[in-house]
Amino acid sequence: MALLEVVDVRKRFGGLQAVAGVSLDVAADEIVGLIGPNGAGKTTLFHLISGFLAPDSGDVRLGGTSTRGLKPHQVCQHGLARTFQIVKPFQALTVLENVRVGALARTRALGAATRKAREILALVGLDHCADRTARGLTLADRKRLELARALATEPRLLLLDEVMAGLTPTETERIIELCRAINARGIAILLIEHVMRAVMTLSQRVVVLDQGQVIASGPPAAIASDPQVVEAYLGEAYGSAPEGRRAGA
Amino acid sequence: MTRGLPTSREAWLGAATVAVLLALPAVLTSYAVTVFILIFFYGYLGQAWNVLGGYGGQLSAGHAAFVGVGAYSTTLLSMHWGLSPWIGMLVGGVLAAGLGAIIGGLGFRFGLRGFYFVLLTVAFAEVCRIVALNTDALGGALGLYITFTGDPWQLQFQDNRAYYYLALTLMLLATGVVALVERSRLGAYLLAIREDEDAAEALGVDTFRCKLAAIVLSAFLTGLGGAFYANYLFSLQPNAVFGIPLSVDVIIRPVVGGAGTLVGPLLGSLILSPLAEVTRIYFTRPGWAGFHLVIYGVLLIGIVLFLPRGAYPHLRRAWTRRRPDA
Repeated sequence: MALLEVVDVRKRFGGLQAVAGVSLDVAADEIVGLIGPNGAGKTTLFHLISGFLAPDSGDVRLGGTSTRGLKPHQVCQHGLARTFQIVKPFQALTVLENVRVGALARTRALGAATRKAREILALVGLDHCADRTARGLTLADRKRLELARALATEPRLLLLDEVMAGLTPTETERIIELCRAINARGIAILLIEHVMRAVMTLSQRVVVLDQGQVIASGPPAAIASDPQVVEAYLGEAYGSAPEGRRAGA
Repeated sequence: MTRGLPTSREAWLGAATVAVLLALPAVLTSYAVTVFILIFFYGYLGQAWNVLGGYGGQLSAGHAAFVGVGAYSTTLLSMHWGLSPWIGMLVGGVLAAGLGAIIGGLGFRFGLRGFYFVLLTVAFAEVCRIVALNTDALGGALGLYITFTGDPWQLQFQDNRAYYYLALTLMLLATGVVALVERSRLGAYLLAIREDEDAAEALGVDTFRCKLAAIVLSAFLTGLGGAFYANYLFSLQPNAVFGIPLSVDVIIRPVVGGAGTLVGPLLGSLILSPLAEVTRIYFTRPGWAGFHLVIYGVLLIGIVLFLPRGAYPHLRRAWTRRRPDA
């Protein structure tokens, strides 16, 4: 049984069918990439999985239990953490305090949560700025903070919404390493990403969404050469891109 | 940094301040004692507001509703059933907390944020005021008057200094409660909610319950304050205890002093309560009515422009810079 099972989920906003019957699985320990053009319904799908939106029909199951009717904080308690595409740091709080909020999902004690937060900060490489307010961080560090906070809730599954967008290649590389390290701890990852190199190197499986529907799913190499995917999203150029950029292909 | 644990120097400063305040009535004139009572009382109310507005970021502009409920219920219980205000004030606090639960339950259940929550709180306070104005059992527009007996069991004292110590105790008590909240999971969660509610929710924070807990605690403390108000002034009028001006008086002190900090409401009250008193004396002459509100307005604009986080964070920085603490 998969850790996350999305079963024929639909969501309509007025005249727009944002998600039109999506089914996908994520196994424990797996890294799955979710790609697709803008407006394909990727972020809406994240909202549906994390409880910020309720599906019109269909079901989301986490570890075999339906999350129907659960609020986001309850979904989090069930072991799912997410980041936001537009990062949402607690601006006036320090980096440590930010991460501590996540850690408090598993303990009531501030002391234990603080220790846990320090541990996570060391893991993501933010320990040098633990006592600075989140307001002053660079975009790369804010993305890291977003990740650290989510990790502190001890998830079984991590949903990452474009954590690499806007980063330099070096910074992207470090986030990729971080994702691998997180996955090695036994945490499954479902990531939305437009940075193809990252998706293709990281993911064991890629799911392609277009106009609210899954149009392809499979190993990165197969996806990169799928004519339908090329047509809808990657464009002709990707298949003929220089060898160095085709990691995973 | 908006907060931070007190340094040992600050802890000593706090203890010294309390010691001075305990000894002060011995040398103060009766009028000065009155001014200090106002400082403590509004500092207390500001601290109660701070739990919800300062830490939780849920701006209530209707805290007069809780003052009024506390004041009226204590007084009515005393008048009709002879219940001592010492016990009545707890009942008043509980009733105010109940009203807080209703306001919070409605507002937070339906996801009212920002201005919409402000409007909801104002609306509830105004409804309370109008109900009190038009209910004969509550004394209508004339309000209620308490007969002075000077009986301490009736929370009445011949000596103004007794009120001084009572108000000081209330203020220190509220500050202690807020200090505990600040060092608890609830406190950490409230700050998170203030900064970004969706992010907090995603991190496992039951935002509805936290906000509800904050408004119930805030309303309870404010209701106790209402009981003090009634038994200090011996009279209650709907327009005074349920009115918008009182709600503004409650908010403006923590905002000026530093909302979401432990010292902010106290500092704000220390600055504003004497100022309010002075302007009330000098500007009550014909033609000057309401001028103290102009001063409030100008001060608020100045604070928002130049010290958007209130006076305390700046004071604290100046203090620690001047004398670096080991």
